[in-house]
Amino acid sequence: MNGVDKQLLDIRDLTVELRDRRGPILPVDSVSFSLERGKTLAIVGESGSGKSMLCRAILGLVPSHGSILFNGHDTGKLSASEMNRIRGREIGVVLQNPLSSLNPVMTIASQIMEPMRCHLGLGARESREKALALMGAVGIPHPQERLSCYPHQLSGGMRQRVAIAIALACDPQLLIADEPTTALDVTVQSEILGLLSRLQQERNMSLILVSHDLGVVAGVADEIAVMYAGRIVELGPAGAIFERMRMRYTQALFDAIPRIDDPPHRRLPNIPDQPPDFAALPPGCRFAPRCASAGEICRNKYPPLVADGDERHSYACWFPCELKEAGR
Amino acid sequence: MSGSSERKYLLQIEDLVVEFPAARGYKVHAVSGVSLGIGAGETLGLVGESGCGKSSLARAIMQTPPPFSGKVLLDGVDLTKIRGRALRELRGIFQMVFQDPLASLNPVRTVGASVELPLRAAGLDKQFDVQQLAYEAFASVGLDPEQHYDRKPAQFSGGQCQRLCIARALISRPKLLVCDEPVSSLDVSIQAQIINLLRDLKESRALSMLFISHDLAVVKNISDRVAVMYLGRLCEVAPCAGFFHAPAHPYSSALIAAVPRPDPRQPGGVSTISGELPSAINPPTGCRFRTRCPRAQSLCAEVQPELGEIAVGHQVACHFPL
Repeated sequence: MNGVDKQLLDIRDLTVELRDRRGPILPVDSVSFSLERGKTLAIVGESGSGKSMLCRAILGLVPSHGSILFNGHDTGKLSASEMNRIRGREIGVVLQNPLSSLNPVMTIASQIMEPMRCHLGLGARESREKALALMGAVGIPHPQERLSCYPHQLSGGMRQRVAIAIALACDPQLLIADEPTTALDVTVQSEILGLLSRLQQERNMSLILVSHDLGVVAGVADEIAVMYAGRIVELGPAGAIFERMRMRYTQALFDAIPRIDDPPHRRLPNIPDQPPDFAALPPGCRFAPRCASAGEICRNKYPPLVADGDERHSYACWFPCELKEAGR
Repeated sequence: MSGSSERKYLLQIEDLVVEFPAARGYKVHAVSGVSLGIGAGETLGLVGESGCGKSSLARAIMQTPPPFSGKVLLDGVDLTKIRGRALRELRGIFQMVFQDPLASLNPVRTVGASVELPLRAAGLDKQFDVQQLAYEAFASVGLDPEQHYDRKPAQFSGGQCQRLCIARALISRPKLLVCDEPVSSLDVSIQAQIINLLRDLKESRALSMLFISHDLAVVKNISDRVAVMYLGRLCEVAPCAGFFHAPAHPYSSALIAAVPRPDPRQPGGVSTISGELPSAINPPTGCRFRTRCPRAQSLCAEVQPELGEIAVGHQVACHFPL
């Protein structure tokens, strides 16, 4: 193929509007970012910040406006059947809880074979062979014996590996992993994260990793987008963000993580209250009611995303963290 | 018996065994001979992977269900010998907080009624003004009783539900609080709120706490001492600072290495052990960790290592400690 675009995914002004009993709400509000081939973007934020809704919008599972260019195609203009061809074939998805995302009454072999049979038209024997190879690639020991297992016979970590194998079955160009390790133990979490980044490099696949924990994404992300109440509030290369967080929310989210290198009994600087209700958003900066540094302007006017020296690092904050206090 | 027998513990567990029946007459060895003590006002962090028996141990302490054998001495009283109404009345002094806060509140009951329930169950509702105490419990966990008392759990966020569960556990003024993964299902920001709340409550009420978690960073933050469990047995018990500074059991060190650090230059999250927890129906002979241990030798398969003291208060069960 010639002239392959460097960007795999380019999202401009993506907005998802849903109807709540109390009127329309915008769980995703004017979100723009792009993702290069072979790179990992981490979307970080608390529950209810719109992270998962953004993923669903990319998959075309919720109606949205704005533009989503995937592989040069505007997915908004595709028909339902064309979109079906992209989902599962060019975009794979791994969800948080593997027990509820796997079918309890199908063997894992048939679940891994299913996308290859419907999307690639492979026959039973061929897809079975590929399923075996995939199970090996995602680190399932003795794949031959596990083929006829049902999900309940496997541990949480193994189930998540099966879910990854299914997502990778058609060799997608983009993998969306929505909190893939939240339900897992630390030891298993590190293995799954290692596995995802290894597979990504081997296959030159792009990865969107959704998490509420900046600590989890630190080791794997190339780019980080921090979301709060439906909007991206800080966006940039992972190194730049960890080196100098500008947006107060990013810093607060970072400070709240208990650290294994800290002395015991350190009081954790928590963020008070909880994210705002989408039906009653504050007029100015959406983080202002919980922000220790908020001033008058924060309560009245929404801060625009501005670049921080480096073009690619941008943040939305009226009183950004000073460079010294950031990063600690 | 516990190594430092001179120390006075509030909760003393002796040789606790929990077994469950499995198919074809086999048994699941969930907890196999665990002895532990928790001092008054002390927080013991219990860590281990899913399936290692942490929750079974917690439930055996709570007598839900009682253990297969062994003693659970709370303030010198063996809880395993008490049944029925007497146990129900005694439950006020040992309470529990669970992992999933929404699932542990009755969805059709107002949260006020849920928080009052431990007092009613213990038959204390005639003696005390239950609602007054419940209002105080709401306030102690940072919720406004006037505003929230008559709502249903579905109207609260996960963090608020966990506060309600803590209020419910504390209303009967317990001496011991057993927390089974209380922050694992919460966001980091809310997790920090709950950890700080638990620490404040523990200090203001001189509570003893058994804090179960698989997240070592959380355990380090809240615990005075740490116990590591693997497949039903204790690997290591140590003061918090000493444990994280110099873990002696290979499994402890692997757990510490696996914790991700929020720093892209040294992200941690290294997995140094592979494979999975073996089956608790047919656990390995000798040391149960040997099948995944990088230091295992033939001795480990033959002789089960006992917990032995290697420094003051630091016990480890390993033939070849680090």
